Amino acid sequence: MGIPRPPASRRRLAIAVPLALVGMLVLTSAASAGLLAPEAGGSKNADAIRTLYWLVFGLGVIIFVGVEGVLIYSLIKYRARKGAVAAQIHGNTQLEIGWTVGAAVILVFIAIFTFATLPTIRNPPNSDAAAASTAGITSGVAISDREKLPPNGKSLAINVNGQQYIWRYTYADGDNNPLNNVFTYEEMVVPVGVTVTLKIRAQDVAHSWWIPQLGGKFDAIPKHTNYTWFKIPADKAGTTFRGQCAELCGRNHANMIAAVKAVTPAEFDKWLSDEKAQIKSSDDAAAVQRKQVEAGQNP
Amino acid sequence: MAAADTTTVRRALRPAPQITAHGVEREPRGWTSWVTTTDHKKIGIMYLVTTFVFFVLGGVEALLMRLQLGQADNTLLSPQTYNALFTMHGTTMIFLFVVPVWAGFGNYLVPLMIGARDMAFPKLNALSYWFFLAGGLVFYASLFWSPPEMGWTAYTPLSTDAYSPSGGVDAWIFLVHLTGISSIIGAINFYATIANMRAPGMGWGRLPLFVWTILVYAILLILALPVIAGAVTLLLTDRHFGTHFYDTQGDPLLWQHLFWFFGHPEVYIMVLPGFGVISEVLPVFARKPIFGYKAIAAATVVIAFLGLLVWAHHMFATPSPTVVLIFFMISSFLIAIPTGVKIFNWLATLWRGTIEFRTPLLFGVSFISLFVVGGISGVILAVFPVDWQLTDTYFVVAHFHYVLVGGAVFTIFAGLYYWFPKITGRMLGEGLGKTSCALMWIGFTVTFLIQHSIGMDGMPRRVYEYPDVGHLELYNLISTIGSFILALGIGVTLLNVYISLRKGPKAGPDPWKGNTLEWFTESPPPVNNFDVVPRVRSVEPMKDIRREIERSTGRTEQLAQPAPESAMQPGG
Repeated sequence: MGIPRPPASRRRLAIAVPLALVGMLVLTSAASAGLLAPEAGGSKNADAIRTLYWLVFGLGVIIFVGVEGVLIYSLIKYRARKGAVAAQIHGNTQLEIGWTVGAAVILVFIAIFTFATLPTIRNPPNSDAAAASTAGITSGVAISDREKLPPNGKSLAINVNGQQYIWRYTYADGDNNPLNNVFTYEEMVVPVGVTVTLKIRAQDVAHSWWIPQLGGKFDAIPKHTNYTWFKIPADKAGTTFRGQCAELCGRNHANMIAAVKAVTPAEFDKWLSDEKAQIKSSDDAAAVQRKQVEAGQNP
Repeated sequence: MAAADTTTVRRALRPAPQITAHGVEREPRGWTSWVTTTDHKKIGIMYLVTTFVFFVLGGVEALLMRLQLGQADNTLLSPQTYNALFTMHGTTMIFLFVVPVWAGFGNYLVPLMIGARDMAFPKLNALSYWFFLAGGLVFYASLFWSPPEMGWTAYTPLSTDAYSPSGGVDAWIFLVHLTGISSIIGAINFYATIANMRAPGMGWGRLPLFVWTILVYAILLILALPVIAGAVTLLLTDRHFGTHFYDTQGDPLLWQHLFWFFGHPEVYIMVLPGFGVISEVLPVFARKPIFGYKAIAAATVVIAFLGLLVWAHHMFATPSPTVVLIFFMISSFLIAIPTGVKIFNWLATLWRGTIEFRTPLLFGVSFISLFVVGGISGVILAVFPVDWQLTDTYFVVAHFHYVLVGGAVFTIFAGLYYWFPKITGRMLGEGLGKTSCALMWIGFTVTFLIQHSIGMDGMPRRVYEYPDVGHLELYNLISTIGSFILALGIGVTLLNVYISLRKGPKAGPDPWKGNTLEWFTESPPPVNNFDVVPRVRSVEPMKDIRREIERSTGRTEQLAQPAPESAMQPGG
């Protein structure tokens, strides 16, 4: 391997850097499958997280290319050769202060961008006007500063309960009786265009709620309540978003899967009333049975 | 040492051991000499050998996991076995390899580098090793009954008796206690030794950077380990004596805070000494002084201080107030600054040097190239909304392996190749060394780079199986293939050690033209280390001594002082 003269190596660098950048861009376009960035597309908060990620990732790529570039350049340029003498430099205060401040400036920039993006991620918007009268939407009042509700206070509130090894979803109906609430296991059915707010709890060990395309993880920890939200765009009706428990919860942690099925508001209304009717009819049947048992008859 | 500097050096060169070595006893041999030793070098070797045995065990556990994940919906391992494997792997690598391997290097090298004849408390030093070994044996004994399955983080309530009734968790608690006592007494010993036993003239500003990092490592151990000792004691009483610290009568989140208050400083306990190795290796092979000695030493201290203030960035997904999330995001950002400073200083050390591509240097620059990735992914994870997507996925697994394998293991190997000649008196093979480094770099990158994507594709960590959706099966297969290349690379170094112990070329006292005092004595050093300790006048005392000798004799050979001939023996 010959020793590249400075102009040649500079020329090579001038070719290599743009090539690397173009390569990155090509890969970027193929990144929707979660190769280079977290998944998104099911809700605004997930999209905003992804935007934030791209910014930090982009800065990271620049630093990566810079550091690896200087490293490789030094290793080639300054390798031991006959007659070469190492410069006996002990330091350079100005340079050192410079890169310390430079690193700090980049981090301040990331922090500012994070704060600017945070409201989109944390604060749920109102439901779409077209879906505002969907069944099941209730008015709520935030009871914790971590609980965020849409500006008009109306959302489809669902209680998420983690247990070894299944998720249970209870659709709060606004009355004080939790026994007549619609509930499902594993698959949550939600209307598109409606802001869904989740209260996440656990009843045995710690779990973590995560549907990648609908936003980040929120741990379900016994004795605590965690909050998040999502709002699936109207054109995603018919899509099922998949995820799974993300906190080790025992031997079958890998099998504790979760799904969110997005349906149109009309379909949701029908589904909810069907479920309610089923609960009602089985309650009624149980009441008849109970009376029979109390009367000493065989059921 | 009242004599003037030049006299000291000349006297040290005279081939007359009887001047100061007449009181030295014959070096004891045989296995009893190892069991009963209080010599810091023998204890150091025992630490190094034991930790590498655990390293191999932890590696085999990792390979078994990668085999299971090589295919979607694989049935090679049961969920129980898989959970036990990742618990054993994490615990082994952290408590039984990376933390104690630095105790091994520190034990062997700190007294030599500061010109001392042993550690401050030699018996305590031996006790520290035996506690460590006992911790490892207790933990691995659980293999014969019921190994723990709750992960090395042992989150409550999963690790309480209601959900993990088996004794595996108790074996793990026992391990944390025993290795914790070992590390605390070892750390006190390091602190006392470095504070009190430095060679004449070696002020804090002339302390070798590796010794600086061992000093800070010791302080962090003293601060962090009592917290985890208390935390696991509460877990023990919850499990067996009816207390309720971590169940819903207490608070399951309490464990996470206590654990990570220890757990994050632990990360710096594992990587800071590695930084120290790099700060020693780069100047020697670039033939250039370290760039910004003071900045690097200061950055070590600042990292350690900030490292105590970032623990809750492991808990961004827990129910925590926004202000807490913001505090820990900012503190985690801050720690990137001194870490970046170190990397820039290392690059500047290479800049305009005359770099000799020997194996220690190759491992050193491999470390820089990989650690940068871990640092960048660390900043990505510190942005808490982004962390909500990435935490507890394979992205995090990739991140901390870049930090702990790229950061710690590669520096351990750099240190191994650099100091093996001093410890055993024989050189490691350069060809095998370079092959090993190349295989490890390639294997590591193939294994862990793709794991970022596995995480972003939606795969959580600690799952024994996954469905074949997206590209998960392909990505995982790539990662599995990489892990075997990495293992092969490590195997080549073990082979290299095996061959060199028998047939390696004799190293002589100073094969690399080192900068620090350990190269002043024979390889391996005699029991008393130094007959005469030279006065230290800079960060690079050996350079001064070499210059002195060139000036007075015109020769550069035969630097070392005489040593007992029995010193020429292969180390364990």
